[in-house]
Amino acid sequence: MSKPDETGRGRSGVSRRAFLKGSGAAAAATAMTGAPGLEAEAQGAEPVAGLTTITLTVNGTPHKVEVEPRTTLLEALRMGLNLTGAKPISVDGASGGSLVLVDDKPTSANTVLAMDMVGKKIVTVESLISGDRVDAVPMAFVHHDASQCGFCTPGFIIAVKAFLAKNPKATEAEIRAGLNGNLCRCGTYANIIPAVLEVVKGGGNG
Amino acid sequence: MVEYVWPSKEDSSVLGKSIDKIDGVPKCTGTAKYSYDINPDKVAIARALGCPHAHAKLKSLDLSKAEKVPGVVAVSAMKKVGDEIQWQGDLIAVVVGDTEGAVAEGLDAIVAEYEQLDVFVEDANLEAAEAAGRTAKAGGKVQLEKEPDGDDPDFEEKELARLFKESAAVVEGRYGIAAITHMCLEPHGSTCEWKDGKLTAHLSTQNVSGTAGQFAAPLKVTADDVTVHCDYIGGGFGSKFAVDRWDSLAAQLSKDLGRPVRLMLDRDLELKNGGARPSGYAESKVGADKDGVIKVWDTHFLSAGGFGGAPVNQSVIPYVIVPPNYRRRGTNVKINTAPVRAWRAPNHPQGCAMTQTAIDDIAAKLGLDSYDVFERNLVNVEDKDRRGVYAEEMKIAAKLIDWKAKWHPHGKGDKKGSVVSGLGMALHTWGGGGHPSTCMVKIHPDGGVETFIGSQDLGTGTRTVIAIVLAETFGLPVEAIKVNIGSSKYPASGPSGGSTTVGGVSESSRHAGLDALVQLNEKVASKLGVPAESLVAKGGRIHAKDDAEKGLSWKEACSLLGMSPLEVTSKGAPGRNSKLSSSGVGGVQMAEVEVDRETGQVKMKKFVTVQDMGLVVNHKTAVSQIYGAMVMGVAYALFEERLMDPRTGAFLNSEIADYRLPRLGDIGEFVVEIYEPESERARGVIGLGEPPVIGPGAAISNAVANALGVRVPVLPLTPKRVLDSLQLAARNA
Repeated sequence: MSKPDETGRGRSGVSRRAFLKGSGAAAAATAMTGAPGLEAEAQGAEPVAGLTTITLTVNGTPHKVEVEPRTTLLEALRMGLNLTGAKPISVDGASGGSLVLVDDKPTSANTVLAMDMVGKKIVTVESLISGDRVDAVPMAFVHHDASQCGFCTPGFIIAVKAFLAKNPKATEAEIRAGLNGNLCRCGTYANIIPAVLEVVKGGGNG
Repeated sequence: MVEYVWPSKEDSSVLGKSIDKIDGVPKCTGTAKYSYDINPDKVAIARALGCPHAHAKLKSLDLSKAEKVPGVVAVSAMKKVGDEIQWQGDLIAVVVGDTEGAVAEGLDAIVAEYEQLDVFVEDANLEAAEAAGRTAKAGGKVQLEKEPDGDDPDFEEKELARLFKESAAVVEGRYGIAAITHMCLEPHGSTCEWKDGKLTAHLSTQNVSGTAGQFAAPLKVTADDVTVHCDYIGGGFGSKFAVDRWDSLAAQLSKDLGRPVRLMLDRDLELKNGGARPSGYAESKVGADKDGVIKVWDTHFLSAGGFGGAPVNQSVIPYVIVPPNYRRRGTNVKINTAPVRAWRAPNHPQGCAMTQTAIDDIAAKLGLDSYDVFERNLVNVEDKDRRGVYAEEMKIAAKLIDWKAKWHPHGKGDKKGSVVSGLGMALHTWGGGGHPSTCMVKIHPDGGVETFIGSQDLGTGTRTVIAIVLAETFGLPVEAIKVNIGSSKYPASGPSGGSTTVGGVSESSRHAGLDALVQLNEKVASKLGVPAESLVAKGGRIHAKDDAEKGLSWKEACSLLGMSPLEVTSKGAPGRNSKLSSSGVGGVQMAEVEVDRETGQVKMKKFVTVQDMGLVVNHKTAVSQIYGAMVMGVAYALFEERLMDPRTGAFLNSEIADYRLPRLGDIGEFVVEIYEPESERARGVIGLGEPPVIGPGAAISNAVANALGVRVPVLPLTPKRVLDSLQLAARNA
């Protein structure tokens, strides 16, 4: 009988880690030299290893956070800054669970490296509440009971924020076509559709 | 003597209304903390290594290189050399480190050698399973109206043959439903903090009150030294009742290392270990009279419970519609996958999908309207009391989906290009009686109310249910009740499984609330000089029933308590004598689909559920539960299945990108109606989580059969299965 893998590595244990380690080095080079990572590496820049302190601008505030070259933005947010709204659900962003806005673009925080985020504007779901003031999108989710267990909800809300920023007058058909990057297991889709429509009608995706 | 009853509908101010979840804002702003999110100071990250083989013996395990990886603080074996591993992904070792990167590197540095053993994962293949020695009896039952004459050993076969011969229509077919996983978006795991001889375990659990002891024993402490804490759980669906071996290890590692440890499974290992629903494949022969009323049923079914897990229970075959003569025989196929776990409405979705499809095939064979055939078969519903309810619910559902106008005989509908449409339906049933639960209510002299129950919220809205019950009881607004759940230190409550939580906590909260109110009323009564029995709590006041002016505000009333808060702890009393709760619900689901005969793609057009559930506590969250169950139903009817490689036993789609689930654009139009006439309300609270997830498989399969005129026999109805069935039908025609 063939023995394809004697090392005992799990399927998920190989490709992604190797990828992150590889691109981590490239990212470190980017952070150090300011040149695109691969180019820098090609020019012989030394990849850095170990902990480095970087500054991430999250929800309008600069934060110092200690990261390794291979640290993802998701780990930096969750572990470094205790902002745990973005969730680790899939390895590759297929669930939309770790969405944050990076320079206004919805980005799966587990698919980008923290070091690459220096100088960018990062917005997390936690920015949508301040004291008693809650943003229109999460409020519409509450009114339409568009969360059950709630684990996917923060990612969904960021997706809706980004979707409505581009489609402020979205119709129901556009909503059904445009929010398919996020996965909910409890099945809140039927509640999310009217919640998003309510925000459109209220014009309140601010 | 307190009478534990609910107020009438007219008298209810919040009970049964549509109330926003009181924990909606934390859930929707990312501030709710799940077990995965608990970040105690210096928490170490632990990840597990899964076995790459589906059946193997561990020959050697070298952890030394992993231990030397910078940032790794501990490596712990979960298997010994010589141990036999029975499924791919079973946990071999755990690496603990300071960062995810260090842990990943540590996992890569573990060297394990295996001797591979024979693998069997073909849960649908009886012949192969028998050849591989992988079968076991899974129970069965024979029921025949006619008594055997004498000792004829062939009576059973002869009688079944006679009944089939006398049937106006006989359908023979194979009907199946593939295995699926739980796919909890928060994987199984915990964050464990050992400190000063005590453990706090932030466990992702459906069973806050029942898990402390499971942690305690291996740590050689007693349950009082353990606090299990779970404010929010990211999905369970029946798979998170116990402390898993990796949770015990996380606790041990925290004790050994003197720092908190978080061990969550990654997605791949979650799907391989965290629970699956057993598959079911039925070879059925069904006989009916000319009107489509089922007279005789004979099924042999296969089911695979995974290594050491239980297969589908034979009791659900046939399902809801049970003719006077039937035989069911089951075989458990032993496969190399992790043991199955309870999955929302255990057994029922499989039973429904494997048997109510055959009923629809009887309708097709006789050229009858499926609705009429299901309606006539209500005489075969075992619970006689339910027959009339189903009939009413069918009428409502038919109206909502416009059955009469849209129905066409199987395969005879209009075509829009290559697209055909169809209608299908199914019936379901469930228990849903409340579990044992204890509630402590604390009323403070300043009017504040808080309550403690060792329950948990799976997304049902447990907190809001408790708040509604106590708000109704005390005549206060919902937000006045501060609800505390999610700790094993609170009064014990049952695990959240089988739709038992809402019934359970409604019982205990109402009991505790009424018991407390009696004591408070006595003080108010003596202050006002009226009999305590004449007082009611309503609109923020306690006043005489027939004279609203004669009373005190809630705050004034509470000030009579003096210096100490009033604390009352009461148990619920679900069961036969309870007027607050009962069990036994049902419903009807009707689906409208469009099928493209060229691509094989099935699209949901409209999906209707009419559901009874006794007395509704929160209409808003009840409807959401039904919507959610319908989405999960669409998922297993059209999209999801666990794909195993028959040669290697590899789990082929253990990542989210590969494990197809419906997205927001896949669901079509959903319509829900809760059937709640006074007769239902009088039954008290009954759980709802499971029932509406049962019927979608059969209803959607029947709709596809109606569209195509061809049965696609195995769920999920993927484009490939649809095209294969069409091809087979064309060849046979």
